[in-house]
Amino acid sequence: MKLISSESVPVRTPEDIVAVRQAVRRKAVKLGFGLVDQTKVVTASSELARNTLDYGGGGIVQLEIVESERSKSGLRLIFEDRGPGIPDIDLALSDGYTTGAGMGLGLGGAKRLSHEFEIWSKPGEGTRVSILRWK
Amino acid sequence: MSGPKSKLAEILAKREGDITSAWLELQAKDLKALSASEQMDTARKSRQFMDALKSASREGNLEDIAAVHWNPVRELLSDLSAGRAKAGYSPVETASFVFSLKQALFNILREEIANDPAALADAVWQTTLFIDKLGLFTMEAFQKTREDVISRQQQELLELSTPVVRLWENVLALPLIGTLDSSRTQIVMQNLLDAIVATRSDYAIIDITGVPVVDTLVAQHLLKTVAAARLMGADCMISGIRPQIAQTIIHLGVDLTGVITKATLADAFALAIRRSGFAVTKGGKEAKETNEEKRSAAGAI
Repeated sequence: MKLISSESVPVRTPEDIVAVRQAVRRKAVKLGFGLVDQTKVVTASSELARNTLDYGGGGIVQLEIVESERSKSGLRLIFEDRGPGIPDIDLALSDGYTTGAGMGLGLGGAKRLSHEFEIWSKPGEGTRVSILRWK
Repeated sequence: MSGPKSKLAEILAKREGDITSAWLELQAKDLKALSASEQMDTARKSRQFMDALKSASREGNLEDIAAVHWNPVRELLSDLSAGRAKAGYSPVETASFVFSLKQALFNILREEIANDPAALADAVWQTTLFIDKLGLFTMEAFQKTREDVISRQQQELLELSTPVVRLWENVLALPLIGTLDSSRTQIVMQNLLDAIVATRSDYAIIDITGVPVVDTLVAQHLLKTVAAARLMGADCMISGIRPQIAQTIIHLGVDLTGVITKATLADAFALAIRRSGFAVTKGGKEAKETNEEKRSAAGAI
């Protein structure tokens, strides 16, 4: 997989989540994503950006345009925070589980809305979630 | 004490007129695009500012512009920044008011202490620090005015963007546009519940055609609003669910089965009309003619 371009957007305030969504939509449009794919990746980014802010205490989003060996292009989003981390990732991924006031569907939903999903988290160090959607 | 600090104050007192005219000239160069009245206004403010500066520097310390002696100077600067922010000046144009004074002061300092390079360097350094502080203060005031404008606009937008519309005798519609965050949801819910009570409506339609992204937070807010409307005795429907939104909601795993949802506002309206016992029929002359044609056609067969 080849990295074509990369851009980062900070997530510090609720307004930043809107900025993330807009940046993701711009990239998706640029890559020629259809309306359904655009909506899926933008919605996933909204969920993960809100997690970064609400549970990670803010962080940064890396927006990357990548290309596979078969020159298929995709959009990879990496959300990183230095928050408290997730002690039990499987539990966090299960639908309906939340430590906050939300529906407990965001993390699992983001996974289902993406083609590839990776999560790394260590209590006390932070969390990094990476999603990828191919065109 | 005859330090560089007092040197600047001394020169301000002694050469005020020269400094002011040099400063005005420099400003005129910076603000060429201004109209005559704006230039006159700037000149008047500059003179007021020099007056305030002179008296403040006589009594106060140049290093501490937050002190009480500097109140008039700070007030003048705040007014000027606020005025320029509102009038749409750029930050550079606003800051140039103070920063152009620097060059005027340097020129006069050079004339006054030409024979003592060390003292000149000290005085120049002192002046730089002083003007920079005033410049930062100007920018802060400018920023604050801008932020006030933005937050006021946000408030206005909040009010503007959540109208409750009455579609029929007991049918309300709430067309939502844009991002649905927590504070907006609060207002939306409040407006809708108030309107349900005021119009004694049985049906409320929340239309999300204008909401670009429905994530779990938006879905949660919608479900809460629907539940609240139900508690008030109104049936609440959600319309404007486009294909891409429907697919995304499914993947998210949000359960909307308890809510009546429709693709378009028209569909939801038709359902509300039907449920409240009304029927929509085609009327008028044209419709009658078409009906007669049909009838005669049927008779011919």
